[in-house]
Amino acid sequence: MSAQTVGPTVSAPEAHDPPAISTAPAADRARHGWVTSLAPLGSLLGALGIWYVVSYVVLRPERRFLVPPPHQVLSVSFLDWSHLEPMLSALALTARVSLIGLLLASTLGVLAAVLMSRARLLERALYPYAVILQTVPILAIVPLIGLWFGFGYTSRTVVCVIIALFPMIANTLFGLQSVDRAHHDLFTLQKASRWDRLRKLELPAALPAIFTGLRTSAGLSVIGAIVGDMFFKQGSPGIGTLLDVYRARLQSEDLFAAIILASGFGVAVFALFTFLNRLAVGSWHGSATDR
Amino acid sequence: MSVMVETALRFSGVDKRFPNGTLALTGVDLSVAAGEFVSVVGPSGCGKSTLLRLASGLDSPTAGTVHARGDSVGFVFQDATLLPWRSVLANVELPAELAGTPKPERRERAREVLELVGLDGFEKQLPGQLSGGMRMRVSLARALVTRPSLFLFDEPFGALDEITRLRMQEELQRILSEQGFSALFITHSVPEAVYLSNRVVVMSARPGRVTASFDVPFPHPRPADLRYEPAFAAIAGEVSAALRGGAR
Repeated sequence: MSAQTVGPTVSAPEAHDPPAISTAPAADRARHGWVTSLAPLGSLLGALGIWYVVSYVVLRPERRFLVPPPHQVLSVSFLDWSHLEPMLSALALTARVSLIGLLLASTLGVLAAVLMSRARLLERALYPYAVILQTVPILAIVPLIGLWFGFGYTSRTVVCVIIALFPMIANTLFGLQSVDRAHHDLFTLQKASRWDRLRKLELPAALPAIFTGLRTSAGLSVIGAIVGDMFFKQGSPGIGTLLDVYRARLQSEDLFAAIILASGFGVAVFALFTFLNRLAVGSWHGSATDR
Repeated sequence: MSVMVETALRFSGVDKRFPNGTLALTGVDLSVAAGEFVSVVGPSGCGKSTLLRLASGLDSPTAGTVHARGDSVGFVFQDATLLPWRSVLANVELPAELAGTPKPERRERAREVLELVGLDGFEKQLPGQLSGGMRMRVSLARALVTRPSLFLFDEPFGALDEITRLRMQEELQRILSEQGFSALFITHSVPEAVYLSNRVVVMSARPGRVTASFDVPFPHPRPADLRYEPAFAAIAGEVSAALRGGAR
């Protein structure tokens, strides 16, 4: 997202300048501007080129299904509604699971962080286990989640929450605890209540950190939802379910298309939260502006 | 004016020892009369800021007593200490808001003090859009909004450039003459102390003690070019000499 927003400033060579000295650097600058703006497109073309080389040169025809060429992915999957439609509705379902998971994780995370910031003892008591939440391999507890919550949506959502919770807690807690001491003094001088201090000082000050957490957790909850799809297959399929189905049936064009869709969704979620961050704190916090 | 001089702030035999064992202040006796503007000058680390924290009740003395009259003080910090997400108006309103003043009343009061510091028209700006001098004016307005009778200033103009600093001193001087409050003003700058104060107090290096006190007799309001009068220079010279003596 950021690569495109940084617009190139192409300055035209000035006609009045002595040609020998100044046109060369000006032309350099102009060319540099071109190169910068075309760089992402160039790397995309390069990647497509390599993809074609792998499909047609590296792989023998009978093994070409491992990496079907780009135009085939396009025609077989993206341009065929009977293939694309199930993928899109599966993606919509996965998106819903991951957003609900993110919503729960961020609510629980912010609440937990606020509680921990209120009482040092609580932080001491809870934070180590929050860290464990982060380090426990999610795949290791997947069978347990299935036993407890069934093999459908609930478990998919639970996976999302578990995977996305820690960054919310850690970032919010960091934000709440790094409020300027002079600002705290200001509130102390006015004998502010704890509630006012939280509402009018600590939470707003923590907002940039909370958004950092949200961005990380949003990406993780997408991963969580896809992993959840793969293991908890009761009910309508998510995009993760389809990935597994396509793999099993060797539908490699559809597999590629589904991967591209899932990645695109991840990028879109990240971009959405970058945008929301700018909207919420962009006017005053350096993390979201160029100033 | 009544015959008996009321005291706005009084330190009696105040010691302050930090938890790490450092003795920051020792045997401080200092009082600020109602309507009096007292400046404190002293070398770095003489406990000037600690003095203010004690005066405001943010901190309590190890020995002795600190008594401040009235329940609210106006505290002006070293930096403007504005909340960056709040507009200028909302920043100025904050102390009144926390004190539970109803919104229409505090809003009107905030507009009044913003006009007083020369910032009308900037209500909607965010602190990040203002210059250092303007931010300090906002900070001043914020301290004025609850109409405290006692002001505490912790080197408020220390971070400003020289020209802005002189202008801010003149502004404060004007506001002081209009509003008539008591103040304890901490600064590094002797001319600043003399220009603003009725009395300048000199402190020694750690542990901080009051070593000298000078009355500054010029009536308020004081013109800007008072700073270049020989009588002004004479007092500034005496204060500087006392300061050097204390530092030796």
